[in-house]
Amino acid sequence: MKIAMPVESKSMDNNVYQSFGRSPYFLIYDLQSKESVYVDNSAATSQGGAGIKAAQTIVDSGANVLITPRCGENAADVIKSANIKIYKSVVGSINENIKALEEERLSILQDIHAGFHHHGGR
Amino acid sequence: MKIAVLSGKGGTGKTFVSINLAAAADQSTYIDCDIEEPNGHLFLKPEKLKIDPVKVQIPTVNKEICTGCRKCVEFCKFNALAYINKNLMVFDDICHSCGGCKLVCPENALSEKEKVIGEVQKGISESVNVITGILNTGESSGTPIIKKALNSIENNRGLTVIDSPPGSACTVMDSIKDADYCILVAEPTLFGAHNLNMVYELLELFNKPYGVVLNKCHKEKNPAEKFCKEKGIKILEKIPFDNELGELNSNAKIASRENKRYKELFSSLLEKVIEEVKNETVINS
Repeated sequence: MKIAMPVESKSMDNNVYQSFGRSPYFLIYDLQSKESVYVDNSAATSQGGAGIKAAQTIVDSGANVLITPRCGENAADVIKSANIKIYKSVVGSINENIKALEEERLSILQDIHAGFHHHGGR
Repeated sequence: MKIAVLSGKGGTGKTFVSINLAAAADQSTYIDCDIEEPNGHLFLKPEKLKIDPVKVQIPTVNKEICTGCRKCVEFCKFNALAYINKNLMVFDDICHSCGGCKLVCPENALSEKEKVIGEVQKGISESVNVITGILNTGESSGTPIIKKALNSIENNRGLTVIDSPPGSACTVMDSIKDADYCILVAEPTLFGAHNLNMVYELLELFNKPYGVVLNKCHKEKNPAEKFCKEKGIKILEKIPFDNELGELNSNAKIASRENKRYKELFSSLLEKVIEEVKNETVINS
């Protein structure tokens, strides 16, 4: 099983990034082989639709599970279409979140927000 | 003659100045291009409304033909497309109707369908033809509405007052594009001066003639006035901070129709602007 997570830097000791679409990197962690791969999030600097593009990256990575503190409506539509489960991250490091998932302590992300679009000039 | 009224921020009095200028003229057209929150109609209360929907083209995919090459997904700068599970997803609300995806598709798998994003209302309020652009909530781009509203002018020879959206983004640029003159409305605050600077820079870029109306003036220091003096910008009028105006506005009344003093103020402002435009024509010809 492959787990995807928005992360601020390429280190397993760091925390999960606070948002999804604008996260600098995504960690793709293989639970069986314990192998971690960091993918650049090319959507981070997008003018708009960052969630959709970031979600496409997650789907293309072959992840089965996404752990994130939050997720917008459009991104969730993409992720769910690919049958990827979205779990809400807990406060703590990336390692702690993986452990929490293994111990089935993470809950499914329920509060999908409508997005933070259209702030500032267009 | 087309006069656009704009400001760097909301609430400075764009609509106030626009409707009063339109009402002060013998015959005029008022166009509300503040499509996200048009409120000139609340004052003018136009009658005999004619409503035209505004449509844009958005892509739709033929799944039989699509090979999943993703050229369209990569092309879309707005990220309105995703390719998931051998299926192209189109996010209508994100799409800006540029038509690029259709152009780059090597298989001709994309076609376009119409989508209504808002409407243009036309009506009459005494001597004023009222045109109002309205963008539906949640839509990403209002420029098609502004274009349609501006193309709805029937009498091109009379006075047209364009009530622009706040700020200095695409919708503002579209609404001032064909204007002969721009009136900048500014508040007597630091924030007001800062936002005045934004539209000032925009107009310098567009090379449009303009002047400033200082609104809500009181006895305290006026940073917007100071800014005008520093930059050598023409101050067309100073409108006082006046309780009576506030009351008229909050009752959706038009000051120049209710109060002789304000009728005179706006008639004189209109004359000054017409004079300015004449001078511009002389300089440019």
